[in-house]
Amino acid sequence: MNWLIDLFILTLVIVCAIAAISVRDLLSTAILFGAYSFMMCLLWAIMGAVDVAFTEASVGAGVSTVFFVAAVFRTTRRTKD
Amino acid sequence: MRYIGLFIVILCGALLLYATQDFPAWGDPNSPASSHVSPHYIQKSIEETSVPNLVTSVLADYRSFDTMFETTVIFCAGLACLLLLRTFIQERGNWYYRHIPTEVTLHIKDARRIPKDIKDFERIDTLWVPYDLIIKTVCRICIPFIQLFAFYVVAHGDFSPGGGFQGGVIFGASLILLAIAFDLRTAIERLDEFKLGVLSALGVFLYAGIGMLCMILGGSFLDYSQLSKIFPVDPVHIRALGMLGVEIGVGISVMAVMAIIYINIASEGRQDEGL
Repeated sequence: MNWLIDLFILTLVIVCAIAAISVRDLLSTAILFGAYSFMMCLLWAIMGAVDVAFTEASVGAGVSTVFFVAAVFRTTRRTKD
Repeated sequence: MRYIGLFIVILCGALLLYATQDFPAWGDPNSPASSHVSPHYIQKSIEETSVPNLVTSVLADYRSFDTMFETTVIFCAGLACLLLLRTFIQERGNWYYRHIPTEVTLHIKDARRIPKDIKDFERIDTLWVPYDLIIKTVCRICIPFIQLFAFYVVAHGDFSPGGGFQGGVIFGASLILLAIAFDLRTAIERLDEFKLGVLSALGVFLYAGIGMLCMILGGSFLDYSQLSKIFPVDPVHIRALGMLGVEIGVGISVMAVMAIIYINIASEGRQDEGL
């Protein structure tokens, strides 16, 4: 049963990663990247690395998403390529 | 160009996948990491460092030198962000003030500002004009609890998951929440550029200072048990207390750097108006 949850979260990680690099709206990319980090945090927690999960949740899903949103706010919302 | 990039990416990925075959299997008890390093930490950690949390004992005692330079890296990141983004060129006068009793907005074009001691006017941003009582009230209630939790994470890092890095990030996030819910100037008033710069350096100084203090007292760098010569605590407890001091240093530095990076990105380095 445990591997099923693992597989589900891993699939979501890959979906988030592919969506984050293919979406053209940079604000959506920032949000998708936050979702990716949160899924990775769940994976770390499942593997028993609670300290790493804690760091991932606070840095990856929390603060870096805010930094990306702030950078998008001051630059442009559309990608050039 | 596109195809060359794709080719390089696929080549590197294939090489990496090929190299992973040489790794030992996940959780293999016969792998070098599990047969030499891990048993030593697991069996000797309590008697050598007397810290109940194994991760903390590795992070702040066995590998304390690494953690010190990680903190230095964080400090350098904040410094680089400040040097790259900070600008002292002010925008030409384009200020908006809200007259609070009548809710009339004034647009002031020349370089005169309304003095700060007049309480009836409130400065509002040109791009971002929040006027939301609910968000401000909820954040005003939440922020003290977030900060208290950050202190808990730092102080209880010896026993449970957490530590200086996470606690510092959570405290920095509470400052960022303040800046988002109110405006950037509210956050800057509480912790201005000078204080943040001093705090970010103070954290690294605290870490390296504890290490140097151990050296002055006759031990090796970051040998916490030497601290018992000047503090009236037995050598077993002083190790945990020395680690706590080091973690507080990491927390202070990380908190200040998070706030520096956010303030400079959100205000294009002017530290005036922002998200």
